[in-house]
Amino acid sequence: MPDMNAKEGITKYAVRLGDDALILGHRLSEWCSSAPFLEEDLALTNVALDFIGRARMFYSYAAELTGGDCTEDSFAYLRDCRDFTNLLIHELPRGDFAFTMARQYLVDEYNMRYMERLLDSADETLAAIAAKAIKESRYHLRRSRDWVVRLGDGTDESRTRLQSAIEDLWGYTPEMFEMDELETGLADAGIAVDSAALKAGWESAVRATLAEATIELPEGDWAVRGGRQGMHTESLGHLLSDLQFMQRAYPGLQW
Amino acid sequence: MSVTSRIPLLPAEEHERRRRRADSTLPSLWALLDEVKDPEIPVISIWELGILQDIAMRGDTVVVTITPTYSGCPAMDTIAEDIAAALAAAGYADCEVVNRFSPAWSTSWITEEAQEKLRAYGIAPPGQGCGGTAAQLQCPRCGSSNVRSISEFGSTACKALYQCGDCAEPFDHFKPI
Repeated sequence: MPDMNAKEGITKYAVRLGDDALILGHRLSEWCSSAPFLEEDLALTNVALDFIGRARMFYSYAAELTGGDCTEDSFAYLRDCRDFTNLLIHELPRGDFAFTMARQYLVDEYNMRYMERLLDSADETLAAIAAKAIKESRYHLRRSRDWVVRLGDGTDESRTRLQSAIEDLWGYTPEMFEMDELETGLADAGIAVDSAALKAGWESAVRATLAEATIELPEGDWAVRGGRQGMHTESLGHLLSDLQFMQRAYPGLQW
Repeated sequence: MSVTSRIPLLPAEEHERRRRRADSTLPSLWALLDEVKDPEIPVISIWELGILQDIAMRGDTVVVTITPTYSGCPAMDTIAEDIAAALAAAGYADCEVVNRFSPAWSTSWITEEAQEKLRAYGIAPPGQGCGGTAAQLQCPRCGSSNVRSISEFGSTACKALYQCGDCAEPFDHFKPI
């Protein structure tokens, strides 16, 4: 258990990573029973489960550090938009199948590298969660990369859709590699991941995949940021109204 | 290659797990929990699957440590309930099931015997590989290696869906991770 000074920072950090996983997991779960075909339905919801499980691990740890009556559910169900600190790319609406797979690919390439670094965290619990998550992310990446290539060099329709998805997503990727005071401090202490250092590797892998998929890299350098500070797109509120409805309407409800 | 000619490579954490059981002062409790099967694969026990990590007593409370296969595995709650029910039936009213994430679960902890049980049940076992597809993936029904992937995910998070090119059987493959 970390000392009191580090505790608050680690709690916030764990909640950030939990928010990333929960929000993306929810977006993926929205495909349940409406994916293009049955096997994809199973795959998307299985990946969703992995992310929701990951969120539970991070939130449970944050709850343990917080103490009192705080549980994993306090983080998932009882906070409002501005309290969520997920990276914005995770909250964008699921879009069409090309958009969902394009986002998944960009995020999987990121997560795989991120979790590989988090494995070395001086915080044992975070390292243990990373050890679990890395295996899943490797598997996710294999599939999402495959889909990006397949859609890109598929039909005109699939290529057009994927190209437009990548263009719509591109401006949400710089935020993934930006460090703020909290994460810089934790990274210096050997606890958090220095995400800025992951950018070059991520970018060259993404470039190679998009080239194979015959997709052009978007031009321009627009970027949207603010997720880590609780500044969100208009989509998050709608997502939360769905995700939190039961606990808001029936507080304390259990299965 | 026959099973007997293979040198079993036991990961360190699995060696530790087996030692915890062998050295335990509570052998009857371990034997009791051998009766708890995976709810989705009722032919193998949570011990054989590598989920059951440790058993200890704290006063009158039985503390059972388990580790999830996948982060979001929905069977974990059922498994915890099954453990409590098995202990209660044997007269242990108080039990606590603790989830532990480290070391991260691996299919390389599944014993040869349990792999054989999976095959007999119709699930192609993970083999000893890691990170994707077993090198010598065979149809659990006819043994053919002429198989193709249908989906990276099958009926549960831990399985992928395949089909045999010779006997046409669709089957689950326990993904090696």
